[in-house]
Amino acid sequence: MEIPGTELLKSKIFTEKIIKAINRIIKDLNPPIKIMHVCGTHEHTISKYGLRSLLPKELEVLSGPGCPVCVCPAADIDKAIELGKRDDTIITTFGDMIRVPATNISLAELKAKGGDIRIVYSPHDAVKIAEANPDKEVIFFAIGFETTVPLIGYEIQSKPPSNFSVICAHKLIPAALELLISQSQLKIDGFISPGHVSTIIGLKPFKLFSNAYRVPNVIAGFEPNDVLLAILMLLKQKKEKRYETLNEYSRVVKPEGNKKAQEIISNVFESISSPWRGIGRILDGGLKIKKEYVEYDADKKFDIDIEKSQDIPPGCSCHLVMIGKLYPYECKLFRKECTPINPIGPCMVSMEGTCSIYFKYYKEDYIK
Amino acid sequence: MSVQKESSNIIRLAHGAGGILQEELIKFIIKDITIKKISNGIGVEELDDGATIPLKDYNQEIVITTDGHTVYPIFFPGGDLGSLSVCGTVNDLIMMGAEPIAITSVIIIEEGFKFDILEKIINSFNLKAKEANIAIIAGDTKVMPHGSLNEIIMATTGIGIKDKQIKILDNGLKIGDKVIITGSIGDHGTAIMASREGLNITTDLISDLGFLLEINNALKDEIKNNYIHAMKDPTRGGIAGSLNDWAKKSNMGIFIEEEKIPIKKQVKAICDMLGLDPYNIASEGRALLSVDSKFADIILQKIKSTQIGKGAEIIGEVKAENSKKVLLKTIVGGTRFIDMPLGELIPRIC
Repeated sequence: MEIPGTELLKSKIFTEKIIKAINRIIKDLNPPIKIMHVCGTHEHTISKYGLRSLLPKELEVLSGPGCPVCVCPAADIDKAIELGKRDDTIITTFGDMIRVPATNISLAELKAKGGDIRIVYSPHDAVKIAEANPDKEVIFFAIGFETTVPLIGYEIQSKPPSNFSVICAHKLIPAALELLISQSQLKIDGFISPGHVSTIIGLKPFKLFSNAYRVPNVIAGFEPNDVLLAILMLLKQKKEKRYETLNEYSRVVKPEGNKKAQEIISNVFESISSPWRGIGRILDGGLKIKKEYVEYDADKKFDIDIEKSQDIPPGCSCHLVMIGKLYPYECKLFRKECTPINPIGPCMVSMEGTCSIYFKYYKEDYIK
Repeated sequence: MSVQKESSNIIRLAHGAGGILQEELIKFIIKDITIKKISNGIGVEELDDGATIPLKDYNQEIVITTDGHTVYPIFFPGGDLGSLSVCGTVNDLIMMGAEPIAITSVIIIEEGFKFDILEKIINSFNLKAKEANIAIIAGDTKVMPHGSLNEIIMATTGIGIKDKQIKILDNGLKIGDKVIITGSIGDHGTAIMASREGLNITTDLISDLGFLLEINNALKDEIKNNYIHAMKDPTRGGIAGSLNDWAKKSNMGIFIEEEKIPIKKQVKAICDMLGLDPYNIASEGRALLSVDSKFADIILQKIKSTQIGKGAEIIGEVKAENSKKVLLKTIVGGTRFIDMPLGELIPRIC
C-alpha cells in the first residue's frame, strides 16, 4: 500500500528533473561511472520502470549479490534436503527457497517425492507447526539478510518447543560490500545500499565502510525516484570527492536503526566468516547461533554429513552475475536451458534474482 | 542432468497458462494433423481465436471455436462456470468478427457432485446463452469416478457466421495502427485469486466477465470496412500474451504507454501483494483492438458509448521498428519490454 505523499516518488515530472541533474553532473566526471546496488528489490524497480533506458550511456548500474535465496550456499540447502529425507522431520522455509537448485535436487523436488516441506510466511508459523507436531522435528531453514534475522532471533529467544530448530544460513550485507569493493576489476564508484537492511542496522555499519574504503554510499528506498535520487546523490559525492553514507530513505530508515531488533540479533547470534554461494567465504559475512541457544541449532542437534556440494552447475554463470561481472544475457544458458520455470542456477529462481528479472524485462539486444 | 530430463517430460500447470509453454504444448499436439484447414479458410495452424469454414457460392462463412473451461472456485465474484463457458466461447467468435448463432456443450462431472450445484451452473449457462441470443443445439455428458477429476469441467463449441471479406486476424496489424483496450485489465484473474481460500483478502473487486457483443454491434460499419485490423480478448496470458501474439504473427513492434492502461486500484494492490504482473492476468470481458489510426478516435468513442466498453482507452500504437516485440513506456518515462509470459502460476481461472 502506498504511504500518503509518496506519489512524488513515481512522478514523471520529478523523474525528468532528476535525470536532467544526472546528465549535467555526469559531464564533470570521468566516464565510465559504475554504480552497484546490492538488493534484488532495487534491481526489480530499476528493470520494471525501465530506469536504465533513462540514464546516460556513461553510467552503468550493476546488480550485486542482493538476492537472499541466491547467495545461500548449496551446502546449506543440501543440509535441509538431507534432514528432509528423514521420516520424522518437517522442513519449513520461505517460499522461493524451495525452488532453488542445490547440488542434486531442490527442496521442491524432495517435496514432490514425498518429503514434508512447508512454505511459511514467518518463522512463527514454523514454531506453531512444531507445537502442533510434537512427535516430529520441525526445522526452520533460515535465510535472508539483516531484515529477516530479528524475526528468527525473537522466536529462538522466546524458547520454542524442543522439537524446533534452525538451520542458520543468514548473511550480512556490509561485509559483502567490502568484498565487492576489493574486487579491483569492478572499479565501483558508489553503492546503493538496501533500505530494508538499513532499517534494522542503521547507518553506522555503512558509514564505517564508506569511510574505510573511500567510496560513496547512499541508502535508498524502492520507488523509481528513490533509486534515481540515490544515483544523483552518489554522483554528487563523487564530483565533490566526498565518501559518505547518505540516507535517501529517511522516511523509513532512522540513523540508529531499530535498537530492539539489534538487541535480539546480538543476543542470539554472532557473526562468523561465512560462504556465499558462488562468491566464496566472506569475513563476518554470516551469522551463527550463540552457544546459549545451541539446542536450537540444527547444525549441532543433528549429525548431518554433506559430502561434496556444488554451488554453480556446469555452464552456469550465476557466480559472475551476482557480483556484476557479467550481465545475465551474457551467460550461455540464459533463456535457453535456464528459465524461471526450469532454473539451472540460483539467480533464475526468485523475482529478486538478477537472471529472473532480466528474463522478464530485457531482450538481449535492448539493454540501454 | 537427469533431473532436468525428468522434469522436461512432464506437463506442468504453466503449460496451460497462455504463455510460451502453452504455445509449445499446442504445437506439440497439432504437429501431426494431416488436414489442418478447409480450402482457404482459417485453420488450426493459425492459432487464432477460431477457425472458418468458407461456403462455396456464398458471401458468408461459418466461424467455429472450441473451448474448455475449468475454474476454481466454481462460483466466483461476478460469475460461475456456466456463465464463463458461454462468455468465453461467444467472445472468441466475436473476436473473429462473427455473429454468434449457436453453442454446444460437454459437461464432465465428478462422481459425488451435487445436483443443486449442477442446476445453478446449467441455469446460468442457459441464461447467458439466451442473453446472447444463441441456440444451445447439442451436448454430451460424462461422469467420472470420484477423485479422477476435480468437481466439474465444461467444454463448448461456438458457431458463428460472418461475411467472407471481413478479416480480423492476429496477423492483421498495420504500421500506424492504434491499439485500444475496452476496459480495465486483469479484473477476472485477480478477483478469482482474491476469492480463493487461504488468501483472506476482502475486496469489492468482481470479475469483468461479460459479452463483447455490444462492442461488435457498435462497430458494425468499421468491421465491414476493415478499419479494425485485429481483435483479441486477453484471457489467459493477459494483455502481455495477446500483444506479443499480435507482434509475432504480424511481424510488427507494439508500443504501449503504461499511464494509459486502465487498471483498478484493487487489481494493482492484490497483484503487488501476490507478486503477480497485472499484464499477465486474464480478463473475461475485455478486448484489445488494433485499428486504422484515421478512425481510432471515432472507434474509441463508439466503444465508450457501450456499457461494457465505457472504460476504453487508446493505449499504444503499432510501428515497424522492434518488430515482433512489445515495448512499454513506463509511468516514469523509461522503456522496457513486455515479454510473452512464460506461464503465470494461477491455474483454473477460465
